[in-house]
Amino acid sequence: MISVFQQHGQELLVGFGNTLLCSVIALFFSLIIGSTFAIFEAVPSRFLHIIGRVYIEVFRNIPLLVIGMFFYAVVPQYIVSIDGFTAGTIGLTLYTSAFIAETVRAGIQAVDEGQMEGARANGLTFMQAMRHIILPQAFRYVIPPLGNQFINMVKNSSVLAFVAGFDLMYQGDMIASTTFDTFNTYIAVGILYLVITLPLSYYMRYLEKKMD
Amino acid sequence: MSSFAEAYTWINFRFLLEGLWVTIEVSLVSIVLSFIIGSFLGIIRYIRAPFISGLFGVVIDLIRNLPLLLLIFFTYFGLPKIGIRMNPLAAAIAAMTVFESAMIAEIVRSGIKAVDTGQMEGARANGLTYWQALRVIVLPQALKKMIPPLVSQFISLIKDTSLATIIVLPELLYRAQIIYGQNTRYMIPMFLALAVMYFAVCYALSLVAARLEKTTG
Amino acid sequence: MKRLKNLLLLLCLILVVFSLNACGNKKDSAQNQSVWQKDKSTNTITWGVKADTRLFGLMDVKSGQIRGFDIDMAKAITKKVLGKSGHAKFVQVTSKTRIPLLKNKNIDAIIATMTITPDREKIVDFSQIYFAAGQSLMVKKGSQIKNIKDLNKDGTTVLAVKGSTSAVNVKKYAPKAKVLELEDYAQAFTALKSGQGEALTTDNGILFGIASENPAYHVVGGTFTKEPYGIAFDKGQGKMRNKVNAAITEMRRDGTYQKLLQKWFGNVAGFDLKEASQQ
Repeated sequence: MISVFQQHGQELLVGFGNTLLCSVIALFFSLIIGSTFAIFEAVPSRFLHIIGRVYIEVFRNIPLLVIGMFFYAVVPQYIVSIDGFTAGTIGLTLYTSAFIAETVRAGIQAVDEGQMEGARANGLTFMQAMRHIILPQAFRYVIPPLGNQFINMVKNSSVLAFVAGFDLMYQGDMIASTTFDTFNTYIAVGILYLVITLPLSYYMRYLEKKMD
Repeated sequence: MSSFAEAYTWINFRFLLEGLWVTIEVSLVSIVLSFIIGSFLGIIRYIRAPFISGLFGVVIDLIRNLPLLLLIFFTYFGLPKIGIRMNPLAAAIAAMTVFESAMIAEIVRSGIKAVDTGQMEGARANGLTYWQALRVIVLPQALKKMIPPLVSQFISLIKDTSLATIIVLPELLYRAQIIYGQNTRYMIPMFLALAVMYFAVCYALSLVAARLEKTTG
Repeated sequence: MKRLKNLLLLLCLILVVFSLNACGNKKDSAQNQSVWQKDKSTNTITWGVKADTRLFGLMDVKSGQIRGFDIDMAKAITKKVLGKSGHAKFVQVTSKTRIPLLKNKNIDAIIATMTITPDREKIVDFSQIYFAAGQSLMVKKGSQIKNIKDLNKDGTTVLAVKGSTSAVNVKKYAPKAKVLELEDYAQAFTALKSGQGEALTTDNGILFGIASENPAYHVVGGTFTKEPYGIAFDKGQGKMRNKVNAAITEMRRDGTYQKLLQKWFGNVAGFDLKEASQQ
């Protein structure tokens, strides 16, 4: 297994970098999109409620792989030419944003309702109250679950391997299919995933404990 | 638009439905197995048995933090190197069961933990043994708390069966690929069919769960 | 509740069967077990075949069966080796999965558009050549790319399939081009159609198969490598290999081989039957 690192360290490193890059980009955008739809559900508007609900349910109930392959295979033919990395990252963003929307929504609900009323009574608009009073508190509640979403995202980014996204899984797969040393290559790839996910996972558990 | 009419023939549709059945089959078996194994592991983690609880904890954490895709690959292509050989169906079920058991163990453990410790003490004070208290008082309450995360885990599992397409398991996604691989004009109709079928199964499960939650809660 | 119990019981049973199955597999994984002995006693040869490659091995949606030249060859060889009652079993493979599956003993032999190369001969044993292919290119009609040299430019992307010789060859003949490797031909062609690359490269026979169904695309530039296809066996299965070699020789002599070649490639425009049947 050490020999896998020695002989293919370069390729694995490229994959490792791409996996991290893709996860960070997807986290950033899915936070924005997810929070937006979460707010949709908090706004007193039936129309926005429905849009938010539909978006969340659609992307939560379709496999990420199907979404990613759609962006890789279909979108470039009819809409705009994008490569595998981009297609995979877009798929990952949309998929994860639905979960983040649910998480943030729960966070908003956890903030005392009286706070919103109080803020409104003090003359803030709904959006102002949301931005300055509710969301900052809600995000404190949701940091551990969001961290877990990020861990999921790193793991889920492995679907980039299906769309030639040059991520860690793709690189590992390429090494395995040329050296045929499947056993050790996949273990090496697994270790590299754990380097990212395991410390994060323990840190989130620590945060959860601290918040209790 | 004519590509829709051409793509949705009974022959193609039947081919897809057979794939959907494989998807459901793999999901069902994995759900049941991983629920049993996961609950068992979760309880062991909770009771803090010396040594085993810690050991299981480490293994569970390792598995939980790996991509399922990697586990599927490893099961099908890596394990035969040490003499464990499975066909794609068995490999998919084995990999999913291992992964989901670890996920469920964590859900079960935190579910039990979330039940007030006072309940356990109260039950013990009323003369129940530790095991009786666990079984009669703590677990039923914990189960109620666990239903939502368990169901979303099961939904994830159903969606994740699509990953097994990489080891040529003839499930839904694989079959759709076969169809549009032969005529790429069928691509959009096939993706639409995929989305609808997966959505129907997963959303139905979440509705059942919502009802279950209401009746038990 | 009772029904749930029964379901649980059933599923436990399935688990037991699976685990027994796994144990059973383990037992016969003894390293030097003869594939020939096993196949003779079970009267079955398990072939690894492609299911996504028109003309060689393609899943027929209607019947759920795989059909193609490789499949017919495998069936004919099975009959010659095991006798009329011999049974051919097919397991779907891709370029990437076939060698691991052979090494893992999931399959007895590979007949899946597999080129005989010195590198591969270090890992597996090949039969005699049963199809003489050559690597070629497929592009959209009207494309500027006419041959492999046109690809040797920065910024061009060539699509290939993981684990195939074509990917390696492109890196040699057009080192400046970027190579994207996909899971299988269906996905590689999908990628070509969606503009993920300028050309799809693989063996001519496979490309002709794709082009025959997709008139907007054509094969250009002739063949730039020789890709002799062989049937692959795990190392140390000499007996099996000899039996199969004898079967192919006999098929060439009695005309079965030519008939099969004609059946699958006779009507393909621009395909050279003579070249393909070279030994």
